This record gives sequence, structure tokens and C-alpha cells, in this order.
Amino acid sequence: MTDHERHLGLYRQMQLIRRFEEEAARAYAQGKIGGFLHLYIGQEAIAVGAVAALSASDYVLTTYRDHGLALARGMSPRTAMSELFGKATGCSQGLGGSMHFFDVEHNMLGGYGIVGGHLPIAAGTAFASKYRGDGRVSVVFFGEGAASIGDCHEAMALSALWKLPVIFVCENNQYAMGTPLTRTLANDDVTARAAGYGMASDRFVCENVHQVMEHFDLAIKRARELSEPTLMEIRTYRHRGHSMSDPGKYRTAEEVEEHKRRDPLVVSRTALEKAGLGDKLTELDASVETEVQDAIKFADDSPEPGPELLAATTYKGAFAR
Amino acid sequence: MSGPTKSVRFREAIRMGMVEEMERDDRVYIVGEEVGHYQGAYKVTEGMLEKFGPKRVIDAPITESGFTGISIGAAMVGLRPIVEYMTWNFSAVAFDQILNNAAKMRQMSGGQLHVPIVFRAPNASAKQVGSQHSHAMEHFYAHVPGLKVVAPATCADAKGLMKTAIRDDDPVLYMESETLYNLKGDVPEDPEFTVPFGKASVARQGGDVTIVSWSRMVHVSLQAAEELAKEGLDVEVIDLRSLRPLDEEALVANVSKTHRAVVAYEGWPYGGVGAEVVDRIQRLAFDELDAPIERVTTLDYPMPYNAKLEQHVIPSAERVIEAVKRVAYRSA
Repeated sequence: MTDHERHLGLYRQMQLIRRFEEEAARAYAQGKIGGFLHLYIGQEAIAVGAVAALSASDYVLTTYRDHGLALARGMSPRTAMSELFGKATGCSQGLGGSMHFFDVEHNMLGGYGIVGGHLPIAAGTAFASKYRGDGRVSVVFFGEGAASIGDCHEAMALSALWKLPVIFVCENNQYAMGTPLTRTLANDDVTARAAGYGMASDRFVCENVHQVMEHFDLAIKRARELSEPTLMEIRTYRHRGHSMSDPGKYRTAEEVEEHKRRDPLVVSRTALEKAGLGDKLTELDASVETEVQDAIKFADDSPEPGPELLAATTYKGAFAR
Repeated sequence: MSGPTKSVRFREAIRMGMVEEMERDDRVYIVGEEVGHYQGAYKVTEGMLEKFGPKRVIDAPITESGFTGISIGAAMVGLRPIVEYMTWNFSAVAFDQILNNAAKMRQMSGGQLHVPIVFRAPNASAKQVGSQHSHAMEHFYAHVPGLKVVAPATCADAKGLMKTAIRDDDPVLYMESETLYNLKGDVPEDPEFTVPFGKASVARQGGDVTIVSWSRMVHVSLQAAEELAKEGLDVEVIDLRSLRPLDEEALVANVSKTHRAVVAYEGWPYGGVGAEVVDRIQRLAFDELDAPIERVTTLDYPMPYNAKLEQHVIPSAERVIEAVKRVAYRSA
């Protein structure tokens, strides 16, 4: 595969996530999706870059802002959209919703709704890999809003102590829901605490997908070869509000526009256009469009789960009542 | 019980269950504070580090939420952890992990993942350890669908329920009692001896009144029953053993025999497992009842330190006796 071909592949994944979520937002407005819907728009390069650097057998876990990672990992847009629509054909059979995307086949071990509560879980999947010696790496994504909660600290302290092959990735999008970084962290360098745990760290501003891949290559090597954790902080920006109910009034239009100009998806697109691949991009965009529309139609047409599913997904075998 | 048995203490019976299952399945490990080098805060894990090594008997720093979450994560991808808390009281700081991750993983993943894990610790009152160290935590956990809760009162059940818990594919919370650790009893040596969940046992046969109980309070209820026998009341004592699932059939069958019931347990009176037992009996065996069901519980206060006040608050044989007499209409 040439560098251009690889870049086109990464571009397509980012574009798929972007268009999937834009259409999900539309479906939400139409009442087809309920509850919460947290969009990843603006941050796609991180999930796509990380997944490109990982092996298919590595474990990934993330927050409730989980559509991007699931799609990057290989979940089909049909399965993903069906979950948002609460349909039986969704990844979690319509029982999880937007915040709980799980895809065991692709080692995407969940989207979690309790801030910071999934960091110990990821340390645990890494613990199991070390216990078995299976060489897998676990990667867990969280926001800077999770950086102050207890489970974040305990997961990192234990991972460093027990030398677990896990990468903690703080996607610092600069707002914990509506609260800016300046009002959540006294030291806005999240990686500063890595020294306290005796853990390696890496900190950078996300500019493009290749840069993300390169940073992950190092952390993955450290985890896989040395069985040592890394705390990574990536400055990024979400273009939309925290969730669909958030108009984002706590930041200025100028600030949002400034970040949109530096959008890693646009960066990729521009680079590929400059390389003379404009026709190829048009073709890819069209195929993404077809795939997303197909996902919407598939989700619309899919059946809803029935109550018989509830007991079977609460306990194995006889219900413990 | 058939086959050869061995007389052991309650803590050894728990250990036998764990050791046998660790020998049987190398995916089983134990983690907790002081479980290894210190040999267990209550010596339940004594000798296990020497037997299995530090890979499978893991000392954790004081990070209940951390090592609970880590073990849940490990269970999701195929290991079968045993998590020891120094006491169940300290599980409160790991409650989110148990409630939101262990209990719900199967459902929120649409059945793709499950969490075969055992959480175990001494539970409820010990002796003058004050309000923060005396909680009966089964009531909090039995409320949660996705969890199973067991509480043995005998050495044989301690071993058999532990083995069943480790072999179960869902999260099991195993409630011990510091006051029972020195109890002696015969346990089967057969490594295939297990005790099924959801089956109560009859700790004492009698025809006049049924006392429903579990864990340490089974022994208090038996003591009460001996006293009552002297006064001509023939009391049956049911040991639930398993709180979720609950043995409805045994409750109905028994109350259909005695027509009177007292539920005796540690824990506050507002809601809880005891209230659930009462609800099941009145709903399923209403026509069999000759008296309202009474509950003998921990009094509705945080546990006091003072020895006499503590004994006042903990459910006693005297209070059980009074309740049995009331439901038998034998009050003085």
C-alpha cells in the first residue's frame, strides 16, 4: 500500500464518522434517537489514528462519546445506527444506546456512561493480557473532565505499580461539558501527574491523523514490549456541544471557527487534494454517503427488541430473583 | 452429606473452596488488601501466596474501586477473579464499579460480555468496631438485578457456596461474618461438592413457628429456638444461605406447615432482604398465615461503639424470642 492509499483509507474512516454523526444528529432531531447523543465531531483523527496504530486483537475502551471509536474499529454503520435507533440489530441489541457501544468481535469493549469509571476496567483488560501473556495492549480514552475523579487516579496508580500494558489517553477537548479547562484543573498539563505514578507520558496538540499514529506507535511499543503504561494527553476540540441538548453558549463563535479551520479532517482532505487525488476523494465521499444512507434505512427498517431479551441479558440461565 | 469429611473452622472452609477452585482452573486468582504476604486480615487466605505465588494471590494497595474495576475488566475478557475486601464496609467506595459495571455489563453489551467474578468479605457487626465498620451490605446489593448474593452460616455451606460462586458466570457477592470465622464444622472433602444457589436449608425442625434467617443470625435464632423449646414452643429455623436468588418454594412450604414466621437478620429495618422475604410470604402464602410476620433487625441507628449499646442495637436471641412469642400469641 502506498502512503497515499493509506492516507485515503484514514480519510475515509474520518469522513465516515463525520457523516455518520451528522446524520445521527438529524435523526435525533427527528425523534428517531432518544436519550443522550454525544458527538465526536472534530476529534475523529484521534480514534482513527490510534486504531491504525493498534493490532486488531488489542482492546479499546472509551467514554459515552463512543461512536467514532466503534466505527474506526470496524463496527458497521448499520449496526451502529441501529443501536442509536434502539433496534434489535444494534451492536447491543438496542439495550445500550449511544453511550454503550460494544463490539466484542472488534475488541471494542465499550462505551461507558460513568465518567472515569471505565479506566479501571481498561487496566483490568490489560491485567488479563499480562496474566495470560497474550501480548495485547489496552487503550482507554477519557476526557480531561475525568482527570480529577478517583477511579482515574486508582487506575493509573495500579497500572504503574503492576506494570500493565495499557495506554491512558486523555482527549483534552478543553471543556468538561460546559466548564472550561481553566475552571477544572489547577495544572492544565494532565500528563504532569504521570511522574507521580512513575509512568511514561506524552502530550501533544492533535494536528493530523498521521501525527496521532506516530505518537501511538511509541506508546504501543512501550506497552507491548515492556509491559509499561503510558499517560497520553491530546489537545483536541469538539465542534458541537457536549450533547444534543447543549447549544454551547459557553464559547464564542470565533473560537469554534478557529478550530474548524484546523480540523484534522480538513487537513487530510487538503493534503490529498494537493496530491492530485481530488477525483478519488469525490469517489470516497460518495461511497461514504451511500453507506450512511444505507445505515439509516437499515436502522429504520429494523425490528425493535422484545421483552424476552431482558431476562436473558441480566443473568445467564435461571433468573436470580 | 456423603463421603469423607474433615472438621475445619469456617475460615478454612472458605479457603478450601477457593484453593480447590484455583487448583481446578488457572483463570481463578484472588486480589485484595493483605491477602498475600500478611496472610489475610482475618487469615482466610493463609498459605495461599505460598501455594499459588504472587501471580495468583495479589496484594493490592488500598484502592477498592481500582482493584474492583480491574478485576471486572479482567473477568470481561476471560479471567475469573475473587476480590476480597477487608470488610464489606469498604466495598462502599467500589459500589459504582459493582453497580454500574459488574451488574450491567451483560445487559448493556447486549449479551456480548459477562462478568464471572466473586466479591467476598466479612459482613455486618463484629465487636465494637463502630458505625463505619458494622454495615450489613447484603441489603444494598441484593436490590440489584445482575448480581447474586449468598451468606453461609455453616462450614459446609461456606465451602460449597464458595465453589458454586467461583463457577458461576455472573457476579456473586459472598457474605462472611467475622464472628463465624472460628466456628467449627464438618465439610465434605469431595472436590466436586458444591451447594446450589437459591436453596434454603432447614437448620432446625419444628412445627409451631418458622424463623427465617441467614449468616450469623442463624446461630442466634438456633439459640432462641432452644430457649423456646423449654417453654414448649417448637421452632423451625430456616437458613436461607442464598439471598438472591431467594428460595420462595422453601418459604411457602415451611410457612404452610407452621403458619407463623419471624425473619431475623442483621441490617436496618427500612426495606432490605427481610422486607423482601416478608413480601414474598404474604403474597404467596397469605391464606396460610395465622399471624402477621415479624422482623427482628438491627435497630434503626448507626452502630454505637459502647458495648452495651451495641448489644442493644444488634438483634439478640432475647428479641427473637419475644417476636416468636408474639406471633405465637404467647406474649406474657
